[in-house]
Formats: sequence, structure tokens, C-alpha cells
Amino acid sequence: MSDPSAEHHDPAVAFESAKLGVWTFLATEVLLFGALFTAYTVFRMKYPELFRAEHAKLDRVLGAANTVVLITSSFTVVLGVDAIRRGKARRLEAYFGATILLAGVFLCVKYVEYAAKFHHGLYPGTNLFFSLYFMMTGLHGIHVLAGMALLSYVVVLSRRGRFSASYHTPVEMSGLYWHFVDLVWIYLFPLLYLIG
Amino acid sequence: MSHGSTGSRRTYFAVFAALLLLTVVTVLVSYVDLGLLNVVVALLIASVKASLVALFFMHLKGENRLVWGFALVPIFFLALILLGTLTDTMLR
Repeated sequence: MSDPSAEHHDPAVAFESAKLGVWTFLATEVLLFGALFTAYTVFRMKYPELFRAEHAKLDRVLGAANTVVLITSSFTVVLGVDAIRRGKARRLEAYFGATILLAGVFLCVKYVEYAAKFHHGLYPGTNLFFSLYFMMTGLHGIHVLAGMALLSYVVVLSRRGRFSASYHTPVEMSGLYWHFVDLVWIYLFPLLYLIG
Repeated sequence: MSHGSTGSRRTYFAVFAALLLLTVVTVLVSYVDLGLLNVVVALLIASVKASLVALFFMHLKGENRLVWGFALVPIFFLALILLGTLTDTMLR
């Protein structure tokens, strides 16, 4: 009798399963953020003047700078994945290290922005626009923090020599997650900063 | 072990450059008042950027149909939620 679970021990099948698992998780994430995007759309259509006036209080330049930072961090992740596919663990660690650093820069800019808003008396409870702004960027910020922890763990594993050209599933999976965090920001930036 | 389309560093760099360029374009367009068209342009550019990230950085381009299904189904549900909610709140 052959072991019925044998095919799950096949590395190729295990890799495909892990990938589908991450995409399933990302599906739940789309709907988590989707609820907020829906709230945004409903209220923006109901109160267009409020959104138009309030969104102008956000710093477009800082928002754009942070967009560039996140896009660059996605680029370094894909280069890190590319490096380990070629078996280069040290380069993976350098690229993922750069990503974690860029994520830190992103959060610092976010801190400066939040501080400026609080200084001007703009809080999550100020009005509908700022409720949505803080809720959406806050939830996204938590995802950035989680991503930093995840990528750091992958770097630690890599330093212990766990990854090679033939096995590096956690590297690919954490990369998928990080690109998703970038994807959310790609929509948040124009919706909140550019068109309100 | 197969990874679908592996992509090349040259492709990654081109996508990165395109993403930066589109970011500059969307910011510049936002300073011009086009009325409702501003929203359309901003969302269109965002969607092109999102597609580039999904296709090339997340390697969706070389993936099989099953993975494509897993990636597209949540977008279908998101559209359903948006449409359902809007028909309620707008026609109330």
C-alpha cells in the first residue's frame, strides 16, 4: 500500500499548496480592506464636498514619497527572491534587509504625517474623511509592521542556512505578502491623497 | 521545482521604472482639475500599477489557472460587495 499523503511530500506539490494557501489568505485580506474601500466609496458619493475639502489637508508630496519608498521595497523583495532562486543566500539577506529598512522609512514618514495631523487638531474622530484616513492607513501600517517581522524572520532563517536554490518556499511566500501590502497602498495613495 | 515564469532581472527593473513613472504621472495629473475625470484617471493608473505588481512581481503571469482563479475570485467578491452596498445606499 502506498502512503495516501505521499504526494504531499513531493516538494513541487508542497510548494504549490503553500502558494495556494497564501493566495487564499490574500483573498481574505482583499475583503478585509474591501470593507473599508466600500465604506470610503459610499461616503465619498454621499459627501463629495467634505472629501474634496478634507483631502487637501493631506501632504501630497509626503504621500508620493512614501509610494516611491514602498514600490522600491517591492522591487528589492523581488530581487531577493530572484537571488535565492539562483542559490545566493547572502544577496537574499541584503535585499530583504533593504526592504525592512525601507519599510521602517515608510512608517517614520507615516509617523511624521500623523503627528502633523494631530498638531492641527485632525483626529480619527474629527470627521468622516479623517476617520477613514486613519482607519485605512492605520490598518495598512499594521500590515507593514507584520511584514517587517515576517521578512526579518526569513532573514534569520536564511542566516541559519535554511534556504537554497531548490528550497526557499518561505522566501517566496513572504514576498507575495509584501507585494500585497504594496498593492493596497497603490490604491490608498490616490484615493486618500489625490482625489479625496 | 517549478516556479512558473521566473522572470528576469531586466523585466523586474523595467516594471520598477514603469511603476515610478506612473506614480509621477498620477501625482502631476492630480494638480490639474479635470472634474470627475480626475477620479477615473487616478483609478486607471492605480489599476495599471496593481496589475504590473501582480503580473510580474507576484509572478501571476506564469501561473496556472488554479492560482489565477484564487487571485481573481476575491476581486469578483469585492465588486459584488461594492455593487450591492451602493445599490442599497444610493437608491435608498
